[in-house]
Amino acid sequence: MSASRSTGSGLLAVLTALMAVTAIASIRFGAIDFPLHQMWTATGAIVSGHTPDTLDGRIFAELRLPRALLCLFVGASLGVGGTLMQALFRNPIVEPGLVGTSSGAALGASVFFVLGTVLHVDAGPWTLPVAACIGGVLATWLVFALAGTGGDGRASIVMLLLTGLAVNALCLSGIGFLSYIARDPQARSIVFWNLGTLSGATWRSVFIVGAVTTAGTGAAMLYAKQLNALMIGEEEATYLGVNVRRLKLIILAINVAIVAVATAFTGVIAFVGLIVPHILRMLRGADNRFLIVASAIFGGTLLSLADLVARVSLRPAELPIGIVTSVVGVPVFLTLLRRRRYVF
Amino acid sequence: MVEADGVTFRVAGRELIAGISARFEPGKLHLLIGANGAGKSTLIKVLARLLPPALGSVRYGGHDVAHETDASLARRRAVLSQAIEVAFPLSVREVVAMGRYPHFGARASSEDEAIVGEVMDYFDVTDMAERSYPTLSGGEKQRVNFARVLAQVWRPVPGRERVLFLDEPLTFLDIGHQLDFMKKVRATLEAGDLVVIGVLHDLNLAARFADRLLLLDRGRLVAAGTRDEVLTRDHIRAAFGVEPVVTMVPGTDRTHLIFE
Repeated sequence: MSASRSTGSGLLAVLTALMAVTAIASIRFGAIDFPLHQMWTATGAIVSGHTPDTLDGRIFAELRLPRALLCLFVGASLGVGGTLMQALFRNPIVEPGLVGTSSGAALGASVFFVLGTVLHVDAGPWTLPVAACIGGVLATWLVFALAGTGGDGRASIVMLLLTGLAVNALCLSGIGFLSYIARDPQARSIVFWNLGTLSGATWRSVFIVGAVTTAGTGAAMLYAKQLNALMIGEEEATYLGVNVRRLKLIILAINVAIVAVATAFTGVIAFVGLIVPHILRMLRGADNRFLIVASAIFGGTLLSLADLVARVSLRPAELPIGIVTSVVGVPVFLTLLRRRRYVF
Repeated sequence: MVEADGVTFRVAGRELIAGISARFEPGKLHLLIGANGAGKSTLIKVLARLLPPALGSVRYGGHDVAHETDASLARRRAVLSQAIEVAFPLSVREVVAMGRYPHFGARASSEDEAIVGEVMDYFDVTDMAERSYPTLSGGEKQRVNFARVLAQVWRPVPGRERVLFLDEPLTFLDIGHQLDFMKKVRATLEAGDLVVIGVLHDLNLAARFADRLLLLDRGRLVAAGTRDEVLTRDHIRAAFGVEPVVTMVPGTDRTHLIFE
């Protein structure tokens, strides 16, 4: 009884099954549908190293499958990032992009879209993710540099929150300016990227995002107990033997890594990081030992579902996924808030 | 034995406590009294090693507490602080179980779970074990935190003293729970290896339950000792700016202070 209470293994199994079903549906349906038996044979062919020769086979192997996997990993990063930041800031309305990571990444990508063509920077497959990642890390660094200058150099949570808001606004105005001076196709790229898209999924992005997400989630799980203690207060956590300053640095570093890398490949995807931890807390409370793993699984599930909707609702065209996550996310979020009456 | 040796703590050049030296013995209840801003909570935080003293040192069992690791300290020193709010739906059982966090790695042992059960029974919070902490009343939250803090130092630690700090533990409690709590704190002293240091505002309750009283006034320790030594008319007038009327509790030899 108490073992299942502390790990929530039953609910984790249900969530995993849900993720598998969603992932299979998201591979099966799209501009072209793949019947299940065709999915099996095509997957078998990829595993045994065959290069598909039909158009359908290539769509499956080079577009559909990597996209489905990228969805799972990006959703997992956003879910875990949301859980970590909400526990760290002791505030349930915090998003993983709060400390400037996502908006900085978006600004980095916008700079690349506009200046890349002007300055003839090589537009190889790496340039966009690298520009976004640099933007995300720089903006996060700026938030901490500005928040940490007062007092003893330790950034207080409130200072971080407010400085994050300011730097986010700064990045948004930078993106606005770049969209304004951009020529039409570049401006369109910026808009698309700011709404998030998984259409650029490749096996390389799957491996990179997958490795960073898995490593980050695993590392975060080592600190789940300490994060629990932090939820009752920084002083209390210190009295329980937690080195709060070190914990904050580690959790923020994990969050920046997973969110910057995910955002770098897919653009800004709103609301997933916010609502995933909320829904899971309603199901089984706020114990981070359960929440971190569960938000990885459920974040992936939710983003897969959103991507499926984005691809089939206007087929053969597709919606930017950020529109889907916002349209679904906002009402869910508001309903949750009204029902739960969180204490702020 | 907890010892403070010439402890001074400053914030922005201002001394919140200055040159405080005191000894706190195991098996005894020590209560700090004093007006608002006298430095009681600051002294608790310095003694509990949350704040490092600018001058002087704090020793547990003869060893400077600055050198002890966070993990080792947390297994034998617990602190009840004031008004703990949580923005997330944590169950009462989970909050109490946090008291055992310093004692286990990834997973609680059966002993840890047994202790959580014992302290929840001891503080009468077992029937709210599955309730969500943010939904509790102020007094209920306070009792849950007693249970959490006691769980942290529930069992003796071989070869070392345990230290328990209570910063205004009676806030939010009705009179019945106040007396109940003070009696339970006194009962924990019987193990003999526990040093208890608290802050109390009610001078009569402090006099009734403390073995030693320490009176702070504007960051300085002005008196320490038994209630008769500390709660004199002069001390109270100087520290609180009020004139006490001393009466006797009928049928006992204890004094009771009335303030007009």
